[in-house]
Amino acid sequence: MADFFLGYERSYGVGTRNHVAILPSVVCADEVARKIEERVENTRAFLHHQGCIQMGKDLEQTHRALVGFGTNPNCHSVLVVSLGCEAIDAQRLADEIAKSGKRVELITIQKSGGTLKAIDKGVQIAKTMAHEASSEHRKEFSVAELSIGVKCGASDTTSGIASNPAAGHAADLIVENGGRVIFGETTEIFGAEHILARRAISKEVASRVYEIADRMEKEGMRTGVDIRGSQPTPGNIRGGLSSIEEKSLGAILKAGTSPLREVIEYAERPNHRGLILMDSPGREVEVVSGFMASGAQVVVFSTGLGAPFGLPVVPVMKVTGNPHTAEELEDDIDVDVSAIITEGESVTEAGKRVYEEMLSVASGKEVKAEVSGYRFVDIWRIGPTL
Amino acid sequence: MKAKAIRMNDKDNVVTAISDLTSGENVVVKNGKEMKVTVRADIQFGHKFAVKAIGKGDDVVKYGEIIGRATADIMKGDHVHVHNIESLRGRGDIADGGGRK
Repeated sequence: MADFFLGYERSYGVGTRNHVAILPSVVCADEVARKIEERVENTRAFLHHQGCIQMGKDLEQTHRALVGFGTNPNCHSVLVVSLGCEAIDAQRLADEIAKSGKRVELITIQKSGGTLKAIDKGVQIAKTMAHEASSEHRKEFSVAELSIGVKCGASDTTSGIASNPAAGHAADLIVENGGRVIFGETTEIFGAEHILARRAISKEVASRVYEIADRMEKEGMRTGVDIRGSQPTPGNIRGGLSSIEEKSLGAILKAGTSPLREVIEYAERPNHRGLILMDSPGREVEVVSGFMASGAQVVVFSTGLGAPFGLPVVPVMKVTGNPHTAEELEDDIDVDVSAIITEGESVTEAGKRVYEEMLSVASGKEVKAEVSGYRFVDIWRIGPTL
Repeated sequence: MKAKAIRMNDKDNVVTAISDLTSGENVVVKNGKEMKVTVRADIQFGHKFAVKAIGKGDDVVKYGEIIGRATADIMKGDHVHVHNIESLRGRGDIADGGGRK
């Protein structure tokens, strides 16, 4: 079994991809970023929807996520595209990404003579970045250099039996080899907090598990809705899930069995290797974007019914345990572990297959979402839109 | 004979059907070693049935963990779902951080 992968050496981590990031500091710059992406090969626009009319913690979280996107080692270099009047301080954003040692440039639409001139200026800069990126080549690195995000979505009853345990075994192998595994979806630890707390490396980490679950639960209640009133969902119940505990216990299997090292805020950089829990909502675009901001170079996405989701610079690898999904959604599924159900394949064997595919993907093999060009990104907004 | 149900942990008193099951069927449960249970109801793919008798008020265990409490006496082979078990979460009278007892 291979315990290394081929990646790009950066001054700040190891990249599994080598793209030029076109990073709007605000939603108003998205179209300029998209047109630059269209005109220059190997560029990836981060078309998010935040960056203005935000304040306090909410604005700071957006800033932190944008810095995280730019510093992700899968970005070779970064072109920040600013409108010029947004709440995000684009210069500070560019400066903080530049601390990672990579090349960062900033263009401002309002100072560039408007949309078309800004696009032309951006294209000229991105062209030189893409050319520089093309001279990079992959080298061998230990799995200890990998940060893997793990998420489950469009789940059904096969998720808890097959794809989550298989992803979990792969996660354990990453941790055993010194790497890092990040999981999130705070709402889906309700009822399983005690297991994560038991696995926490310290009392502080254990109490943080309860703290983020409690905070998320209160946030839901604040809106006048008891989150648990809808959990499990009618669809979950039809599928056989009887309680939120059962749903959560199945969901946390995707993170494996390692000790919980650290609980981080959304889009924060972890301080430790090993298993990390990131406070985040269950909605996939925000949570998986959060993993990318936290430095994940590959994401493993466990699914029952199938989901097309992909990110701009980080491969999102789909694993399913549902034999129908594996066949019907072949265009979206990377690893089929339905043999756990249909042929009695062991979770360990299936998990090894997930792990090995993950290392191939880390080494450059494209996932289905990359082949189909499905790229999406957003930032978890915690403040009101006023 | 092909296993038509999966037991996730040795402590579990319920198992998950991985095929649609017919009442009266003698079902092989995948468990490391062989185990056979006669189901007392039709059970759909993904749904659970008991592999031991569970008394009213007893813990229902899957993944080696408590997923709820029996609200009725459950016999070996019975369908186990929202009609005879209840969540321990969201219950102000017993809540103690995460369904711990």
